[in-house]
Amino acid sequence: MSSVSKSKFDVVVVGGGPAGMAAGTRAGECGLRVAIVDDNPTLGGQIWRQGAKSEPEPEHSAWTKRLRSARAELISGTAFDQPDVGILVVEQADGTREVAYDKLILATGARERFLPFPGWTLPNVMGAGGLQAIVKNGLTVRGKRILVAGSGPLLWAVAAYLRTHDAEVVRICEQASWRSLAWFTLGLLEQPRKLTQGFSLKRELAGISFSPNSWPVAANGHSVVESVTISRNGRLEEIPCDYLACGFHLVPNIELPQLLGCRIQNGCVRVDDFQRTTVANILCAGEPTGIGGVELALVEGQIAGLTAAGRLSEAQNLFGERNKLQRFAGRLDQAFKLRSQLRSLASADTIVCRCEDVRYSQLRRYTSWRTAKLQTRCGMGPCQGRICGPATQFLLKWDPDSVRPPIFPVRVESLAFPASSVVPEQPTLTGGL
Amino acid sequence: MPEQVAITVNGVSVTVPPGTTVAAAVILAGQPCRHSVGGEPRGPLCGMGICFECRVNINRRLHCRSCQIICEQGMEVTTDE
Repeated sequence: MSSVSKSKFDVVVVGGGPAGMAAGTRAGECGLRVAIVDDNPTLGGQIWRQGAKSEPEPEHSAWTKRLRSARAELISGTAFDQPDVGILVVEQADGTREVAYDKLILATGARERFLPFPGWTLPNVMGAGGLQAIVKNGLTVRGKRILVAGSGPLLWAVAAYLRTHDAEVVRICEQASWRSLAWFTLGLLEQPRKLTQGFSLKRELAGISFSPNSWPVAANGHSVVESVTISRNGRLEEIPCDYLACGFHLVPNIELPQLLGCRIQNGCVRVDDFQRTTVANILCAGEPTGIGGVELALVEGQIAGLTAAGRLSEAQNLFGERNKLQRFAGRLDQAFKLRSQLRSLASADTIVCRCEDVRYSQLRRYTSWRTAKLQTRCGMGPCQGRICGPATQFLLKWDPDSVRPPIFPVRVESLAFPASSVVPEQPTLTGGL
Repeated sequence: MPEQVAITVNGVSVTVPPGTTVAAAVILAGQPCRHSVGGEPRGPLCGMGICFECRVNINRRLHCRSCQIICEQGMEVTTDE
């Protein structure tokens, strides 16, 4: 039988990416007892996901060091429910842990948006960030031909990364037009740091074909992807490849904030200047408040950590920087807006819900996410609609339903523990930093 | 720390550097992680524990997200159970 332990913290942070690390650090430095809940093998989130052999980025190391000195505790596991106000339940490898908080900071990050097209379910068709993550964690791509496609600045970073790992990046297909990309680049002038990053990326990408106005229309192959048909400037072209790395920008992870009752606006968690959500004692920082990148996440995280510690004037000192970075985020949204032609990528028999193999033709008969779920099981598999939800939102303009616990699939014993089975605190259950 | 970690995927031995996730090892073994309810082969998609396409059985524990789990010496990975 699995064990249950309980513990109480001044501040609990959910998510150990840049926003969560910054929030935990600032709150811990103010003398508060802080825990960070994360289900990845190491802290750093997706952007700082650390490779098997690679050195962490300097900024990642600096925050890790600071977080460690701030004595934050890492709780390795997945927060899946809040049975009572102020208590989260976390499933860990060998049991369940109840974690009580005075203040909660949600830094749940973002995921890639996937759009269904024929063949997108073939093995070796992955997210752009998805393939990068797996390469960081040990997949060798030396000499492999990789097509990078979709939308957003992540594509460039991924292509550069794959190239440094000796992959042959055959092309980058960006659905946005030259015009919107030019406008986006112009916005970088306001952000010297991003401009420098942009220039170094440009060097790393030298020689790779980059095509705006282009997107994949089909992935072809038998047991794995063998080629991809792309539409480029209105013409179809078939490109042989070993992997397709494809994601259409990012969507915020708002399931936990939604479960806790935080108000959601335009798909993002609504916060005030101090990163406070509409629910008392719950703050939110980073991508869930709007896709804005690592620098914005770090500033928002710091503001949230300081606010949780009651250091409002120190938090206020960071507003200027945050607001400037938010303007950049606004430009991101505009530049990489999905074009409407992408709505016709899925054909009638394209699978939209990968968990339950629900095809586009089955879904088109319904008028809402809820009815489609009830009739077809779309969105009712293990990912709980995290992949097909944003897809149907774009394809069919369906609004997502409310979320219900557990917000992640968990073991039955994690749900079924009776309160009386609670055993005394077991500090050994947690991992160190 | 050993220089290489040996695991098995459906009984076939795979050797990977330390720090490699089970998902990467399964791809290196040339195998799909699972078959969908309609019988299609599937491999990892999101790489970050969201999509559950990479789920496998590890040491007889069902439905483990292989992209979030680091290979350990002697791990027994099976797919489609």
